Amino acid sequence: MPSIAKPAVLHPSAQRNELGLTLRDYEGSMSTLCAGCGHDSVTAAIVRALWELSVEPHKLAKMSGIGCSSKTPAYFVTGAHGFNSAHGRMPPIATGANAANRELLYIGVSGDGDSLSIGLGHLCHAIRRNVRMVYIIENNGVYGLTKGQFSASADVGTKSKKGEANRMAPIDPIQLGLSLGATFLARGFSGDKEQLVPILKAAVAHRGFAIIDVVSPCVTFNDHTGSTKSYLYTRQHRIRATETDYVPPATEILTEISPRGETAVTLHDGSVVRFSAVPADYNPSDRLAVAKFLQENAADGRIVTGLLYVDEATPNIHEMNNTPAKALTSVPWSKLCPGAEMLNALQEEFR
Amino acid sequence: MKPTDVQDPNYYHKVVDCQWGCPAHTNVPEYIRLIAQGRYTESYMLNRKSNVFPAILGRTCDRPCEPVCRRARVDTSPVAICRLKRVAADLKGEYGHLLPPIPARKNGKHIACVGAGPASLAVANDLMPLGYRITMFEKSAKPGGLMRSNIPAFRLPGSIIDEECGVIIDMGVDVRYNTPVPSLRGLLQEGYDAVFVGTGAPRGKNLEIPGRYDTDRIHIGIDWLESVAFGHIDSIGERVLIIGVGNTAMDCCRTSRRLGGKDIKVMARRPRDFFKASPWELEDAEEEGVDILINFAPKRFVLENGRLVGMDFERLSWDVQAKKSQTLETVFFPCDDVILAIGQENAFPWIERDLGIEFDKWDMPVLDPTTLQSSLPNVFFGGDAALGPKNIIWAVEQAHQAAISIHNFCEGIPVTDRPPNGMNLISQKMGISEWSYHNDFNPAPRQKMKHVDLVERFRELNVEVELGFSPEQTAREVQRCLNCDIETEFTPKRCIECDACIDICPTQCLTITANGDEAELRTRLSAPALNLEQAIYASAPLPQTGRIMVKDEDVCVHCGLCAERCPTAAWDMQKFEILISLAGTQEWNTALVPA
Ligand SMILES: Cc1ncc(C[n+]2csc(CCOP(=O)(O)OP(=O)(O)O)c2C)c(N)n1
Ligand code: SF4
Ligand SMILES: [Mg+2]
Repeated sequence: MPSIAKPAVLHPSAQRNELGLTLRDYEGSMSTLCAGCGHDSVTAAIVRALWELSVEPHKLAKMSGIGCSSKTPAYFVTGAHGFNSAHGRMPPIATGANAANRELLYIGVSGDGDSLSIGLGHLCHAIRRNVRMVYIIENNGVYGLTKGQFSASADVGTKSKKGEANRMAPIDPIQLGLSLGATFLARGFSGDKEQLVPILKAAVAHRGFAIIDVVSPCVTFNDHTGSTKSYLYTRQHRIRATETDYVPPATEILTEISPRGETAVTLHDGSVVRFSAVPADYNPSDRLAVAKFLQENAADGRIVTGLLYVDEATPNIHEMNNTPAKALTSVPWSKLCPGAEMLNALQEEFR
Repeated sequence: MKPTDVQDPNYYHKVVDCQWGCPAHTNVPEYIRLIAQGRYTESYMLNRKSNVFPAILGRTCDRPCEPVCRRARVDTSPVAICRLKRVAADLKGEYGHLLPPIPARKNGKHIACVGAGPASLAVANDLMPLGYRITMFEKSAKPGGLMRSNIPAFRLPGSIIDEECGVIIDMGVDVRYNTPVPSLRGLLQEGYDAVFVGTGAPRGKNLEIPGRYDTDRIHIGIDWLESVAFGHIDSIGERVLIIGVGNTAMDCCRTSRRLGGKDIKVMARRPRDFFKASPWELEDAEEEGVDILINFAPKRFVLENGRLVGMDFERLSWDVQAKKSQTLETVFFPCDDVILAIGQENAFPWIERDLGIEFDKWDMPVLDPTTLQSSLPNVFFGGDAALGPKNIIWAVEQAHQAAISIHNFCEGIPVTDRPPNGMNLISQKMGISEWSYHNDFNPAPRQKMKHVDLVERFRELNVEVELGFSPEQTAREVQRCLNCDIETEFTPKRCIECDACIDICPTQCLTITANGDEAELRTRLSAPALNLEQAIYASAPLPQTGRIMVKDEDVCVHCGLCAERCPTAAWDMQKFEILISLAGTQEWNTALVPA
């Protein structure tokens, strides 16, 4: 825990976004995580993405479960709404919130323990429902908060701080998502904001459930030699499979497309994700091909990062359930709760 | 960019903007911390080591440190460095025992100093502890030079001058008062090992326009101030015109206000942005009801029946840079007295031109600006007499340099062999997230100096106007200092590139990026480094990716958060101390704080 709060001073060339806010205006309270924790860098990437997108703080809802990672919503956008749920229960809470108020932007921050162990079932159903939210897994291969036990994302053979090797196969949230019909899948690294920030921005613009698995080293319990989730190991084994560039809506992009045969995916709101430097015949909309690509690379011990799969066609939670176009708060009470008579009439139908 | 060499004492010295900006390189952040800890005597002594006259300078310094203060770049106004110096001086305790001992056995060398102003006294201060015998010649009855004669007592009380000059004289300097030196040849014939000329710039510039010599109501500013200081003049007419708008003009108008002047006008040729006077001196004069009129060039003095009745001025209109002017009309201003405060000149009528001291076309001695030695090897200059009128703090610094030269000269070492500066760099870590300095940022605004009220201050000529900071003001002002001497020291080989420092830095000073040349690097940092006067630090390549750590020094607030968030202690906060050599580099000079 730092000795002081971050001084309220700005660099003279600090920029302001469309709302007139500086990057500093998107910060939260001081982090209490260990110095050097990857999670803090993910927080900084979120701060930057939201600032660049000029998200209005009061239109944001921060969702989380339990874990070091799940603490991080306290460290960005103090002015936003938020819900810190029980361990692993963030997906259903976020689903409910989403159903009730579809006008907010939902950003969930979870951990590999929170999402892939205790909360795995909930996560699967949120994926299936295509809940409209950004779902970040700060993946460090351990339960950081409870002092470094292997989590379900630990690779076979990775060593604990005491030298013991993990034997159980890992759950890869990206491959899991592919198999469950997820509509936006990306992997980042906390040590590479240049890659992570545009992915976050695209995820915010995506119309459904956007999973971003971020390798986020735990400096205290999982950054040693023998760990496959350390800063050094990640840097040595990571490939940036795709380079992405987020182009906001209403920006003239046609002229900018270079002749390098890039792929571009237009998102629902008119923004565009441009892929460059993708491997030959990589198609971010071909579920099967992406699954194959991921499995091949995993077998070769490579950590594939980048925005890997996007599907803008599958209906999201609101479209599937035909929910009202506005937040429930704007639906008149009489309509929300039609009264005892209507209930009786309804029950009559089933007698 | 090549990796920055932080072992070069100048690198971190430049980061301490105030100290770098001070001609005598006073260790400002350290003396402010000592004040914060209530260690006023030590703070005073630390000041004294570099600037010799802390109580005098705490009231009168031109403060070159303040415009460059990092705090001004962070939140508009600099730390009140000068006024804090006065706090240390006001609250100091006994310090006689902390002064360097004066050897009873002399080194056999005898130096003559001409003038007993700040330059000569500072030379004596540096040389007496080395065993020199010093004889000082002063034309007036008291020491202090222009500090006494030209700075009015309501800004600088005589008792303060007495004390700080006295401490040096009491080291055993043989001062001959009321003894002007009429001939340098004569002095040289007395057989001194070296002569130091610290006679100031004693001649006020004249204004040769019609009517100048037809009345005795036109005064030369510095001469008039001197007459007031020594009690020869105690009144002036009600309507006074001051010609010129430098600091002497401000002293003249405010003195006039105390001697009976009621309608006092300072007449400036140029617009306000081009004034020489320090902004705070202008403010103080205006507070006392003095009018400052711009764009008036003096044309002639107007006399009626042999009596001065006023002056004609040409009203000018200037171009933007105030380079070219046009005369609009002639305007008459009535007055009883005129004071000319348009600058000072050097005058050396007592130096024979055949002694081997070369003079240039402006009739100034030709000196080596580093050694301050003249073309006659045993004659040295310092202060306003050396390179033209500057200010007290420059006089002190030149005296330090001249003392080094004199010492070398007497020891038979080439005067160009300057003793090197050293540096200390010491970790301030006390524990996890714990530092030995107060690292928090205090958003308090600059404290305003309280003044004696407008009635009381005119009661007597020597009522000091500035009251000094109250304890509460002092407590707040010391907290505004950003501790620029506590450096962010980086060890590249420990860095794991986790970005924690970059994410925590409040002012976006840090970037990890691919190397490039400096100009290009400056454009692609976390925040573009647009202030080219401030260095950017570049590290050696980092172990994991070969990128480099770059730090823009410009607005680092030295909060230490980068070091607190660093998991590998690649960043540390280390106190930098530049060890400036003085003559003989006495041991007491290198200790950070006297024991
Ligand atoms: C119901 C319940 N079971 C167990 C715990 C103990 N617990 C707290 S955090 C945590 C794991 C967190 O791991 P992860 O989500 O990976 O977060 P990290 O700390 O690694 O970021 C566990 C098991 C709990 N708080 N609640
Ligand atoms: S224990 Fe690990 S995950 Fe938790 S804050 Fe520390 S470094 Fe981060
Ligand atoms: Mg974890």
